[in-house]
Amino acid sequence: MHTASHAAPSRASLLTRSLRQLLFGVLAAATPFIAAADAPATSAVNTTGLAVTDTTVTVGQLHSATGTMAISETGSIQAERLAIEQINAMGGVLGRKIEIIQEDGASDWPTFAEKARKLLVNDKVAAVFGCWTSASRKAVLPVFEKENGMLYYPTFYEGLEQSKNVIYTGQEATQQIIAGLDWLAKTKGAKKFYLVGSDYIWPRTSNKIARKHIENVLKGEVVGEDYFPLGHTQFGSLINKIKLKKPDAVYSIIVGGSNVAWWKQLKAAGVTSDKQTILTISVTEDEILGIGGENMVGFYAAMKYFQSLDNENNKKFVAAFKAKYGDKAVIGDVTQAAYLGPWLWKAAVEKAGSFDIDKIAAASPGIELTTAPEGYVKVHENHHLWSKLRIGEALPDGQYKVIYESDLIEPNPFPKGYQ
Amino acid sequence: MTITPSTPKNALPWWRAQLPLLVMSAVILVALPLALDLFRLNLVGKYLTYAFVAVGLVLCWGYGGILSLGQGVFFGLGGYAMAMFLKLEASDPESTKIQSTPGIPDFMDWNQITALPALWEPFHSLTFTLFAIVAVPGFLAFIIGLAMFKRRVGGVYFSIMTQAIAAILSILIIGQQGYTGGVNGITDLKTMLGWDIRTDSAKYILYYVNAGLLIAAVLLGQWLLKSKFGKLLLALRDKEERVRFSGYDVAAFKIFIFTLAAMLSAVGGAMFTLQVGFMSPSFVGIVPSIEMVIFTAVGGRLSLVGAVYGSLLVNFGKSYFSESFPELWLFLMGGLFIAVVMLFPNGLAGLTDSWREWQARRRARDLPRPTGAAPAPTAGDDTPPPSNLRAEGGAA
Repeated sequence: MHTASHAAPSRASLLTRSLRQLLFGVLAAATPFIAAADAPATSAVNTTGLAVTDTTVTVGQLHSATGTMAISETGSIQAERLAIEQINAMGGVLGRKIEIIQEDGASDWPTFAEKARKLLVNDKVAAVFGCWTSASRKAVLPVFEKENGMLYYPTFYEGLEQSKNVIYTGQEATQQIIAGLDWLAKTKGAKKFYLVGSDYIWPRTSNKIARKHIENVLKGEVVGEDYFPLGHTQFGSLINKIKLKKPDAVYSIIVGGSNVAWWKQLKAAGVTSDKQTILTISVTEDEILGIGGENMVGFYAAMKYFQSLDNENNKKFVAAFKAKYGDKAVIGDVTQAAYLGPWLWKAAVEKAGSFDIDKIAAASPGIELTTAPEGYVKVHENHHLWSKLRIGEALPDGQYKVIYESDLIEPNPFPKGYQ
Repeated sequence: MTITPSTPKNALPWWRAQLPLLVMSAVILVALPLALDLFRLNLVGKYLTYAFVAVGLVLCWGYGGILSLGQGVFFGLGGYAMAMFLKLEASDPESTKIQSTPGIPDFMDWNQITALPALWEPFHSLTFTLFAIVAVPGFLAFIIGLAMFKRRVGGVYFSIMTQAIAAILSILIIGQQGYTGGVNGITDLKTMLGWDIRTDSAKYILYYVNAGLLIAAVLLGQWLLKSKFGKLLLALRDKEERVRFSGYDVAAFKIFIFTLAAMLSAVGGAMFTLQVGFMSPSFVGIVPSIEMVIFTAVGGRLSLVGAVYGSLLVNFGKSYFSESFPELWLFLMGGLFIAVVMLFPNGLAGLTDSWREWQARRRARDLPRPTGAAPAPTAGDDTPPPSNLRAEGGAA
């Protein structure tokens, strides 16, 4: 299988690769004109000793292939591989084919840090596509800053972070929250909100922003705010409180496996979408696979991407994804954001005319992708993406019907007045 | 034939008796630093911090018969104490001015905490921190030991209790994220009293400090086992009632060895934080605690030096397999554990013992049999007891 050879580079192939690099390095230094006519000389595009040869460039992939997060991160692994395969089919980056070294973060944050250091220090990869949870990103961030690497991070997250060494291809909190709340206020006339979430940094920060926006901008009221440990499965008392307080809208940031219990128990308690508006920012098509479409019918999600988006880019992307990974494959918001990573990196390298990390970091702001499945995206000065927000209504088949689309929203990881 | 009383005829010169420790010291002080680049050496340094836990487990499990499945608690507490000090130093008002409340650790700011909690205040002082690294886990172990051993709770019940404590502490740390950093742990540690711990030279220095402390820990363990205390420890592992009836306070011995193992783990945890640059609750829970027992079992439950090799081997295997076979590595690790337990129930150290016995047997066969009694198979004081004794503790 094609991917398998990438997935497990043996010791021998690593050795031959470094020998090859050495050989090419010597050749390139001695006789620059030996390099392929369409590819610029390695010595010119790689001044910092990254794993770039005259014909290849090596990148790293650092997700959890094992452990509790594997179920979420697999989509990202697949999307990044698809993008890299497509880029290679188009001739690669600066005339060089992309080779992948995959490492397993194993859902364990210290392991992420170890593997990140390995990819940057040992393998000298030109870029890393990876991480999913905030915890894993926090664990690797000091490594990327110290060793000067470049990370493309796909997940929507809480913001409050910005680094020269990271491109955030998912939404930061304000991009996902504010437009969604505005939509609730405008179309549903919502004034009373109930905020719920899993108990960790992303839901708490997101709800903090939501509360400020509800109270200060929408002049509404938060009638309840509750948090539950990761993996919590008993939502009976929360559902009773919601019934009692009768909010106009419930704003839900329950993550992971807890979602299955949460939506099923809502249905069992008779809380259906015709009686209670619920907007979630944490349930993509991937999670619905576990929840079951019939348990979520009519509830809303706020994301930048849904698999059902009706545009040419997305149709091609969905078709290519299904051709590679099977007809049953489902594409969620993060999977699409992960797909953008290699493309944004390619664009940055070509704009900079170099693989050097500093030059890519400097060249990234302003880069536009018109071929993104989500439509048009642009990299901001702060290394986040301008993107739109969409509201999807859940359908029984586990897909979302897109019922609202915002304008492009500027990323603002340190929102004034929301902290 | 005259026998001088000071040197029994089967006693070895000191350097022969200490050969395993000398070889181990040479490996970690000379061979590994010469053979490996800094990245790999830093990883070895990380593995060696687990060896502190394994050495503690040899003392309290291998010799004391107390199987603790919660050593991660003490490793974690030591690591967190060090991390708190380093985090406070990294959170000076200048570098945190982007926060709503500058001068407090970043994760507190994200959790809407506006003043440094009282619990954190003393960790501004390095002296207090160094004291807390051993004192806090030591005190906790003392309390646990007091509560358990005075009531004669032992065996599998004690193991279950230690597991419960590991679960409780990890839930506590994850739940109180405003005070502890939650699931993320305490990250982005930079300097210690202004000394940048992320530089190459710092990594070498920390590696050698760590290796030196580890050798000291092994020496301490050897000294203890050689003393009368060591004999009592063995005795109470194998026949606790007899020791009690002989008038010894069994609980006090058990509390002592359990507390000592906890303190050793905590030193490992603190060195881990220094070398890796962060601390996370993923070292505190049940799974890492059991992993640490596996290091000990692989190395040999009755060998202090073996525990060090066990930690190195298992962790090296983990890194190597997961780099080479990212999709399959967990199966390979599982296979390694099963193979070790099936083939060498006494771990790596058991393997060398079998080798020595086999050689002794061969020598006995080859040599013309002396007219006197055959030399006893037991070696000097400081070598582990023969393997028939080892097999007994297997049910622990």
